Amino acid sequence: MRYSFLTLAREALSGHRGWRPLWRDAAPRGRYEVVIVGAGGHGLATAYYLARNHGITDVAVLEKGWLGGGNTARNTTIVRSNYLWDESAALYEHSLKLWEGLAEELDFNLMFSQRGVLNLAHNLHDVREGRRRVEANRRNGIDAEWLGPAEVKKLCPPIDVSPTARYPVLGATLQRRGGVARHDAVAWGYARAADARGVDIVENCEVTGFRIEAGRVRGVETTRGYIAANRVGLVAAGHSSVLAALAGFRLPIQSHPLQALVSEPLKPVLPCVVMSNAVHVYVSQSDKGELVIGAGIDAYNSYAQRGAFHVIESQMGALLELFPTFSRLKMMRSWGGIVDVCPDASPIIGKTPIENLFINCGWGTGGFKATPGSGWVFAHLLATGEPHPLAAPFALERFSTGVLVDEHGAAAVAH
Amino acid sequence: MSQPFRLPAGGLIDRTRTIRFVFAGRAYHGHVGDTLASALLANGIHFVARSFKYHRPRGIVSAGPEEPNALVQLGLGPHEEPNARATTVELYDGLVAAPVNAWPSLRFDVGAATGLAAPLLVPGFYYKTFKGPLWRPLFEPLIRRMAGLGTAPTEPDGDRYERMNAHCDVLVVGAGPAGLEAALEAARTGARVVIACDAPLLGGTLVDRAERAEWLANAVAELSASKDVRILVRTTIFGYYDDNYLCGVERAASGEPGPRERLWKIRAGRVVLATGAHERPLVFADNDRPGIMLASAARAYIHRFGVAPGRRAVVFANNDDGLSVERDLAAAGVEVAAVLDLRDGEAVVATEGRRRLRRVETASGRRIDCDLLVVSGGWNPAVHLFCQAGGTLRWDDRLAAFLPDRARQKLEIVGAAAGEGLSPPGNALSVPPRRRRAKCFVDYQTDTTADDIALAAQEGMRSVEHMKRYTTAGLGTDQGKTGNVAAFVLLAAARGVSPAETGTTTFRPPYTPVTFGAIAGRDVGALADPVRTTPLHDEHVAAGAVFEDVGQWKRPRYYPRAGEDMEAAVARECRAVRESLGMLDASTLGKIVLQGPDVGSFLDRIYTGRMSTLAVGRCRYGIMCRDDGMVFDDGVVARLDKERWLVSTTTGNAASVLDWFEEWLQTEWTELDVSCTSVTEHWAVVTFAGPRAPALFPELGDMRPMRVVETTLDGIPARIATVSFTGGPSFEVSVPAPYAEALWRAGLAAGAVPFGTEAMHVLRAEMGYFMVGQETDGSTTPLDLGLERLVAWDKEFLGRRSLRRPAHALSGRRQLVGLKPVAPVIEGAQIEPGPGHVTSSYRTAVLAMVANGRARIGEEVNVLFEGRRVAARIVEPRFASPGSAPVPGPPLNVTMPQMAATPMASVRAAPEALERLLGLRPETPNSVAEGDGFRILWLGPDEFLIVGEADLSGTRNVDVTFNREILHIADRGILAKGCGLDLDPRAFPPGRCAQTLLARAQVILEARPEEMLVYVRRSYARYLQDWLADAARR
Amino acid sequence: MLLIPCPFCGPRDEVEFRYGGEAGIVRPKDPDALSDAEWADYLYMRHNPKGRLEERWFHVHGCRRWFTIARSTATHEIERE
Repeated sequence: MRYSFLTLAREALSGHRGWRPLWRDAAPRGRYEVVIVGAGGHGLATAYYLARNHGITDVAVLEKGWLGGGNTARNTTIVRSNYLWDESAALYEHSLKLWEGLAEELDFNLMFSQRGVLNLAHNLHDVREGRRRVEANRRNGIDAEWLGPAEVKKLCPPIDVSPTARYPVLGATLQRRGGVARHDAVAWGYARAADARGVDIVENCEVTGFRIEAGRVRGVETTRGYIAANRVGLVAAGHSSVLAALAGFRLPIQSHPLQALVSEPLKPVLPCVVMSNAVHVYVSQSDKGELVIGAGIDAYNSYAQRGAFHVIESQMGALLELFPTFSRLKMMRSWGGIVDVCPDASPIIGKTPIENLFINCGWGTGGFKATPGSGWVFAHLLATGEPHPLAAPFALERFSTGVLVDEHGAAAVAH
Repeated sequence: MSQPFRLPAGGLIDRTRTIRFVFAGRAYHGHVGDTLASALLANGIHFVARSFKYHRPRGIVSAGPEEPNALVQLGLGPHEEPNARATTVELYDGLVAAPVNAWPSLRFDVGAATGLAAPLLVPGFYYKTFKGPLWRPLFEPLIRRMAGLGTAPTEPDGDRYERMNAHCDVLVVGAGPAGLEAALEAARTGARVVIACDAPLLGGTLVDRAERAEWLANAVAELSASKDVRILVRTTIFGYYDDNYLCGVERAASGEPGPRERLWKIRAGRVVLATGAHERPLVFADNDRPGIMLASAARAYIHRFGVAPGRRAVVFANNDDGLSVERDLAAAGVEVAAVLDLRDGEAVVATEGRRRLRRVETASGRRIDCDLLVVSGGWNPAVHLFCQAGGTLRWDDRLAAFLPDRARQKLEIVGAAAGEGLSPPGNALSVPPRRRRAKCFVDYQTDTTADDIALAAQEGMRSVEHMKRYTTAGLGTDQGKTGNVAAFVLLAAARGVSPAETGTTTFRPPYTPVTFGAIAGRDVGALADPVRTTPLHDEHVAAGAVFEDVGQWKRPRYYPRAGEDMEAAVARECRAVRESLGMLDASTLGKIVLQGPDVGSFLDRIYTGRMSTLAVGRCRYGIMCRDDGMVFDDGVVARLDKERWLVSTTTGNAASVLDWFEEWLQTEWTELDVSCTSVTEHWAVVTFAGPRAPALFPELGDMRPMRVVETTLDGIPARIATVSFTGGPSFEVSVPAPYAEALWRAGLAAGAVPFGTEAMHVLRAEMGYFMVGQETDGSTTPLDLGLERLVAWDKEFLGRRSLRRPAHALSGRRQLVGLKPVAPVIEGAQIEPGPGHVTSSYRTAVLAMVANGRARIGEEVNVLFEGRRVAARIVEPRFASPGSAPVPGPPLNVTMPQMAATPMASVRAAPEALERLLGLRPETPNSVAEGDGFRILWLGPDEFLIVGEADLSGTRNVDVTFNREILHIADRGILAKGCGLDLDPRAFPPGRCAQTLLARAQVILEARPEEMLVYVRRSYARYLQDWLADAARR
Repeated sequence: MLLIPCPFCGPRDEVEFRYGGEAGIVRPKDPDALSDAEWADYLYMRHNPKGRLEERWFHVHGCRRWFTIARSTATHEIERE
């Protein structure tokens, strides 16, 4: 059923009895051409593009819990492509271009709001890095602007740009095409579209092992039985090392809690996304009116989806440094995701030591924005066995060659 | 003055004190002790809000923090607060409040028109529509305007906030009967007890039900009299974190001076959760009209506030406790028109009344006029904190609720929170409506109905998490305290399974919303982050310096004279250095003393270059890499003695480099005997640079570059090194911090021109010297910087193996070059053909990192920025060649001030060795031994701080007298505002010491009989003094 | 806020410490003898288990000593003597 205002009106007249499930509650079959482990945004997007771009629909997406319940449900929904290095810029810009037509393509309103992303500069180092980024982005065909403090204030009135602030705003980069989207809708939209093309989405189905013969993966053991597959793709952010261990290899990944929180819902007050590296916090306002606020990761390795309060304390100090008028707002809900962080703060998309077992992981704190692009290039890898040109720089072997894509070292706000 | 619904007697309000308040533009009166909700009800006002989606009139449902409806915009200007719950706002004189989601007024709300479109506004309608080109310009702004509740204030906060750390043996959360009993029991064992409750009074339901008044009075009296019991009222424990660390927020009573809210961070040995339970409404048609209220709320308004919630009531419940509210109503003079027990098949099936309930219709067809419908659907134990602690829940069919199952952490859960004493409800929480379109609300605040949940299930939202997210049930500011369980039960029913199978969503902090300001506490404004200053800061301020932030430091960027802009000032400062004499405050650079026989070998492993061959009295520049081969830091190594070395670091990496050293020494190269001591703040450093510099030191004038001497200046120990970042003659003079001012002034008297970091950058760029963090970006190797000569391949060092990876042999790496552009270019500009970018750009020197740059010297390129294109030639990175010929000038004539200071020395020794030498030692770690004229603080396994005069010859020691300042604090309570240690004199008696954090500064605390001594690093001293002054004021 | 048992100072708040990750990673004695992949294994590859992890902490704001504890990454519970 195509979604539209007309179908909504028609259903309203008939008591909404005609709506069908967004995706079937599929039971796993014994064999698939491709099995994707992880029904988050990236896994579902992979399944969708396998069907759409490569005509492969004999696909199962296995999810140990509920669909979209990992980092897809726990992020701060920021979308942007203003990465420093050419390799990253190309991948994230491909993704952003997909975002721009995604609601219509998936027939699902993802509430994509291109409200602009500001990255504030608070010292001379920030200014230099910010301007470098703007110029590098422009060379890569990515929209980028440098704003002075007065322009920042004009674009985003609640920011305190006074020179007497502890860390005054000296300027900012702006990507106008960046913004936010409704995170759950992304998972649901891809799930519905993949399901419609015949993909089986199997929830409550945890992978407990891999059947590997002669260095080649044959299938996966799950809590719902063995499933054979010609190719297997691992897309389980927050669980990548655990799956890799089941398959017998290690990854250059550390899993950390990343906390975020929302304020109570407010009438519109923040017209764009604001990020600051030096005063470490990032914030946007959701379409429900909540301020969505994130900051740094907790220091230790963890799979517990919980963090410590002192992280929230620093985050609030930082927020009020930028927005003193937000002092009387209230934190309504906080949560924690698990981020898989690579040493160079770039993802791993590629082959593993096991033949026909592929991995897409290590997006750290920045995976949400990459969802469409990640699915696109990973589908290519699963369909052809070879990396998509955009993904080639992100193979696991870069850690041996030393050809890293160091967005972290480049002082990026890696969120 | 009339409060028509105020009962003639009863309640805990102060009837002698009548106060005035304004709601929705009209003035009313209430009493001290009222909440805004109780005062409104006393005036007969139930209709206080419009609902979120349909803008339906809504009334006060509860009497506590679970309130879903009665949200208000509270206060004005600097005291404005959005989304305050009227049921917890204590009334104060002059209170002004307004509804949050109604325009232009509560009665005539334009938004109510959305009710007409209600059939379209089913869950997820927005996912199905508005996808086209009108989304951005039209629908998105519309949806955003409709969403949201209150309005963010536009003025800075007029209040301040406090933070407090506390430790106790037992923390009791909740002060109802179960909590009070637990607190009494713990207090009687002599334990340190904290009992926290969110109401202004202890007693919980005992107050609301006017029960066991004498027992309550005795319990409160006993607890109040126990000196080891801390009673925190108006305090909501909102978060239960790891290792029994709980956070709460205490609200000031209205009119109380001091902070508006105080954040409590409590580490408890054991926790007793006596958090009670939340009553839940029943789900039936039009169950949301003003005048429909929970039984527990009706009781509270009668007994706690002396308010009749109506004149003529119907009671509708599925449990005995709910039904029994009839007696409370009757006793308060409220006529009870009917009592409907859902278990007997009696039910309300419809309600009437636009802005206030007028009539209900029952299943048996009775139409009953009433202005109050009291409902009870049973109870939800408040298991929020229990779950936050990691506990699991189980579904209990008898109570139709989730109860605590397995606990994690050291806690007990008691009373109603554990399901004890709750009245079992019948099976049903909902009544099917007669009219298909009638709305049966499950979650009032998000306007989620029973139909919405059924539809979500129909659309495949099978998990409670999907249902929650699709319908938004439970996502309001009340986080579904009253509505969630009904929603889960309805979902389970729609799926034909038990709620035990569908389960519950996760409980996460906070239990109730927490003010941002309270979380940030004192870390705002000037105290947002420590400002670190050098001993010369006042000199710089007096000289009119413009500062830049380098990490937490304030460094002078340049010193404009009258009429000068930055360019002119910097040009003048550079000229002084190139032509005569300049001086720079270099005190911020990190300084680490390394001692031991193996320092040379250690530094060989740390730096890419070889250090072990350095002769005593010599300096050598070095680069250190991380083990991945990327440049980490640089600096100068000086060998002061055979086994005593001094390493300097960049300003920003001082702490990281010291930590880096410790990490390798302690965890990897344990065979090396090396001790590291930071002396960054003990020494102030002034760099005299320029051809006239040698003349300042006639007796050292022929000192060659890269030498170091330890000497005295006017009798004060000093260190002079001939280290240059400008290419010309340069003398770096270090003196103990308090003598810096005299040195600086002597420099001024000798005609030295102060220069700042900007001129320093120009001068080093002219020499082609790179800056860590400016030319390097974490992907830069020493080879990329053209510094092969600083890499000793014939020894092992950190990063060496990584530099031999294929990546570093590839063509296309960015390499450091100079640029000669035809017009000024900006830093960050891109280079074509590239890739490449400008890293430093000054009038006289431009540096860039360009792909294969070293092989491209002489090539013409374009520099791209701001849409422009500037031609440039790649050149060697060298723009100046200052001579080394000295120019005559006056000598430096320093007169040092007289001052007395208690000596302090850092000693590295085994405890036994120290005892042999000094005759005594502290008995336990982190304790103090007092000798004759000195004290010994035991700070680490082999580390001691000696305060006072002691003969330390023969020990490995470093003079750190001026590294720290000592502050004297009498009131430990002030320290508890910023220090997580247990500072109770029993836990931290005189004779104890500890290294810890106070606010955002690292300190040593030493407990003396009369006071606490706080040893703070000198550069943080001003910050900490400001912080302490602020903390003492409040 | 974890309560971390420092062997010298006793239990202290997490904010006084710096995290050092997986314990027991030994820097190879002869890096030149390693292949690029083996070197990468030392430099980057980690077990990152869900469950028991022996990990290093540095009491950076206290006694400045490194030490190792065992902690569950699934529950954050620290094994204490």
